[in-house]
Amino acid sequence: MSENHPPAVSIETVSAPPAPSVEDALALGLTRAEYELVCEKQGGSPNQVELAMYSLLWSEHCAYKHSKKLLRTLPTEGRHVVMGPGENAGAVDVGNGLVCAFKVESHNHPSAVEPFQGAATGVGGILRDIFAIGARPIAVLDSLRFGEPGGSAIRDKDAGDEDAQSIANARARTRTHARARFLLDGAVKGIGHYGNSIGVPTVGGEVYFEGPYEQNCLVNAMALGLGEREKLVRSAAAGVGNTLLLFGARTGRDGIGGASVLASAELGDADADADKRPTVQVGDPFEEKKLLECSLELLERGLIVALQDLGAAGLTSSAAEMASKGELGIDLDVARIPLREQGMEPFEVMVSESQERMLCVVEPANVDAVIALCEKWEVNSAAIGTVTETRRMRVFDGEELVGDMPVRALVDDCPLYDLAPVKPIEPIYATPAATLAEDASPRETLLALLGSPNIASRRPLFEQYDAIVQSRTVRRPEQADAAVLALDSEPYPTADPRSTADPHPTGADRPIPALAVSIDCNGRRVAADPYTGTVEAVLECAANLACVGAEPLGTTNNLNFGNPEKGHIAWQLTESVRGLGDACRALQAPIVGGNVSLYNEGQTSGPIYPTPVIGMVGRLPDARRAGRIGFVREGDTIAIVGPFAPSLAASELAKLRGEPLPDGLAAIDIEAVRASQIAVREAVRAGALASAHDIAEGGAAIALAECALAAGLGASVELDAIATEVTDSLFGEGPGGFVVSGRERAVRELGERVPVRVIGTVGGDALRIELQGQTLSATLAELAEAHQALAVLFG
Amino acid sequence: MKFGVLQFPGSCDEVDALHAARRVGDAELLWHGDRDLKGADAIVVPGGFSYGDYLRAGAIARFAPVMEAVIDFAGDGGLVLGICNGFQVLCEAHLLPGALLGNANRRFTFRQVELEVLNSGGSFTRACALDERLSIPAKHAWGRYYAEPETLAAMDRAGQVVLRYAAAENFNGSVHDIAGVSNERGNVFGLMPHPEHAVASLIGGSTDGLKIFESMRITVEGARV
Repeated sequence: MSENHPPAVSIETVSAPPAPSVEDALALGLTRAEYELVCEKQGGSPNQVELAMYSLLWSEHCAYKHSKKLLRTLPTEGRHVVMGPGENAGAVDVGNGLVCAFKVESHNHPSAVEPFQGAATGVGGILRDIFAIGARPIAVLDSLRFGEPGGSAIRDKDAGDEDAQSIANARARTRTHARARFLLDGAVKGIGHYGNSIGVPTVGGEVYFEGPYEQNCLVNAMALGLGEREKLVRSAAAGVGNTLLLFGARTGRDGIGGASVLASAELGDADADADKRPTVQVGDPFEEKKLLECSLELLERGLIVALQDLGAAGLTSSAAEMASKGELGIDLDVARIPLREQGMEPFEVMVSESQERMLCVVEPANVDAVIALCEKWEVNSAAIGTVTETRRMRVFDGEELVGDMPVRALVDDCPLYDLAPVKPIEPIYATPAATLAEDASPRETLLALLGSPNIASRRPLFEQYDAIVQSRTVRRPEQADAAVLALDSEPYPTADPRSTADPHPTGADRPIPALAVSIDCNGRRVAADPYTGTVEAVLECAANLACVGAEPLGTTNNLNFGNPEKGHIAWQLTESVRGLGDACRALQAPIVGGNVSLYNEGQTSGPIYPTPVIGMVGRLPDARRAGRIGFVREGDTIAIVGPFAPSLAASELAKLRGEPLPDGLAAIDIEAVRASQIAVREAVRAGALASAHDIAEGGAAIALAECALAAGLGASVELDAIATEVTDSLFGEGPGGFVVSGRERAVRELGERVPVRVIGTVGGDALRIELQGQTLSATLAELAEAHQALAVLFG
Repeated sequence: MKFGVLQFPGSCDEVDALHAARRVGDAELLWHGDRDLKGADAIVVPGGFSYGDYLRAGAIARFAPVMEAVIDFAGDGGLVLGICNGFQVLCEAHLLPGALLGNANRRFTFRQVELEVLNSGGSFTRACALDERLSIPAKHAWGRYYAEPETLAAMDRAGQVVLRYAAAENFNGSVHDIAGVSNERGNVFGLMPHPEHAVASLIGGSTDGLKIFESMRITVEGARV
């Protein structure tokens, strides 16, 4: 910590006796009115420990004070829901007595400051949420947003100019691009470091590059776990007189103030943020691997009553939440907590965000057995407190009482704020620089789109992740629109896929049920229309599930937005949540949990695109028939299925052409889109389709190219039937469209239920698209070269 | 025939290896703190990050109590298979020659790779044909095999280079494209790719990895009638 730039939280600001002042409260992120309310609840000024605890639990990050009222409008109940919002993770029933626990969480600001550890601990945190309810983590997905990584043709031409201003601009851009690449590289390495080391496969994800994320990148991680329904554990403290036991890593000074200072304020400039580095936690996946196995064995043996992970706001949040949910009190003694360093103040122990720690409630008779099991896994443990009936959170330092607060005041009495949404009159976001000339030919456009950062192959990124450990991964990244994970833990049949031409080898004699999972959000479309864009993001996830034959069971979400105290951001958030609720209700895919990340604004780049990241989990009855992206057989019929009405508005091509965002997107007939998803899902399940891929960024032409590339099989199609304008037909975007292939009869039969436009056949070593008398043709080799653009940037 | 699959703190692929072994025989997990191999006929040292891979991959695991028993077992001619981190552990334990260095591409990399069988007569590849190609996934950050030139020459002469990455498949930069090696006696074998992740068509992309486990079964039991 530099003396010239004192960090927002330091020992000096809050530890100096006597009682802290209102200025200290302000420095910790509370408002004056909130501080006065704290005083009222406490019946006097809070001391240092109490103020530190209130400031964290009353932060936006913990109290959701600007979003809670909106979140209450979301659908959270359904026939599959086992655990809804409020627990460490949501859970849905997946049959045979099993549940799938899942949740997405953000670690945006830590990642903007220190991408490797920020992303790594993001994964660590979400994994703890999963095993905290007694489910074994089986998969991780990630959703990332960065600034433009550079590398386009027009910019390079610019950079070659002699003009001094151009050179200066080019240098500034180069720095910007270098930062985007540094952040991406660090985040991907961090996610891989944690997930790979702990033995949980990273099976999918998404990444977008857009200017508004330049100074405030997004790193959202989603995890899934499997558990037995009867053995799930809740976090509510229970049993007066039971012991509170902390186990896992020792507590240090890392991450102090993470929730309040880092997560609940806008980022400043890069240099100032360097001073926030001590507020970023450091992860140790080996410690968490032991903690995971230890926790699951404790639960398996029935040794604990309640379990809670330590995340944002550390012990303060975990202990207070457990007490609050159990409607009980907790006494704990900071002197009994294993420390990483000497001389830590009680408030530091209470607010530390040291990673890889869990808190559990144990009956006194089982304490020795719990400690012995922790020793087996080489995990520290210590009995640190007791469950009381006082409904007060009392913190002791040995014999001395150093903090005493009503649990309800800490957890429930933080004021909630109404948003004041105002639809902006002026555009909020800068128009992106053009990187593709308006008069580029369809072929040039196809190759430029295929190589654009938002569409190019993610192989250089996902190759850094172990996608197969735990032996459930039926579809690897780029093989299908959604990840597919077999539910069985039994060995699968051995049948050799290379011995048969059948695209759906049926070596097994029984169905193998599986989960499917997808994560998605196109922030540019949400920026153009927060309501419709959010509906589209939910539909996109459901479309991805349909492509592998899965029906949605439940949804999680991470609402990444700017500063909600600003009217236009409040409007984005309000509209987005309205769209989220409508879409989830229509799809019967209720929200079982999620996270909100606000104040995502860069000092000069302004607010991020509103980014409600959607994660959706579904189930398919037989993994042997899971759909895939790639074409399978020469001669198969290709069709576009669904009420697809392509438009260039807010499309990837519009961005490459440097067009401003439109004010609104075309309204969606959600029921018609849902009908097409059901038709595709049923056809995939019946084995009637050889391939299925939903049409997203870059439109039908890009979807076709992706189907061809995934298979190494070309196609000849005619697109006249799609739209009247050539570019709309080729590159227009909109929800509700799928590219499918299969036997002609099967494809045409689909037309009895939903719109089907047969467009051509699979075959050859090129993609040939005819429309309005012109032919656009590119060989697979040319497509593959364009598609590898990220490898060149990040190689 | 019974396989014993070691379990260290930080092992990740031990259950996958257990299930793969159970396709050809019995198998059970062996805890790192025990010295008892529980009558196993062959040992699998699985993949993962034993002890967090701290200090150096495999450097701490080699001192685990169970490894004392494994070293004795290997000394008596017992079959020991090391996969990925297990390969690193066996090199650290000097049961295998050479060492595994950081990948040439400096990244953790997961990729389905094609391997060529250079020695089909040994205890771990007798179910394969000479020059047969196996498709098996690899996933590691420290998989660049290295040994001194004299050692390599001796290994070549003794047929200890069992598996090689096929042309253009050697992403980690291993010397001589080496993917899997045995000891001189042929009863200890390590490879970086994961045969336990190539045993079922539904999830493996191939079933070629099963041939390694089947070879071990044949070695222990003799060919199935």
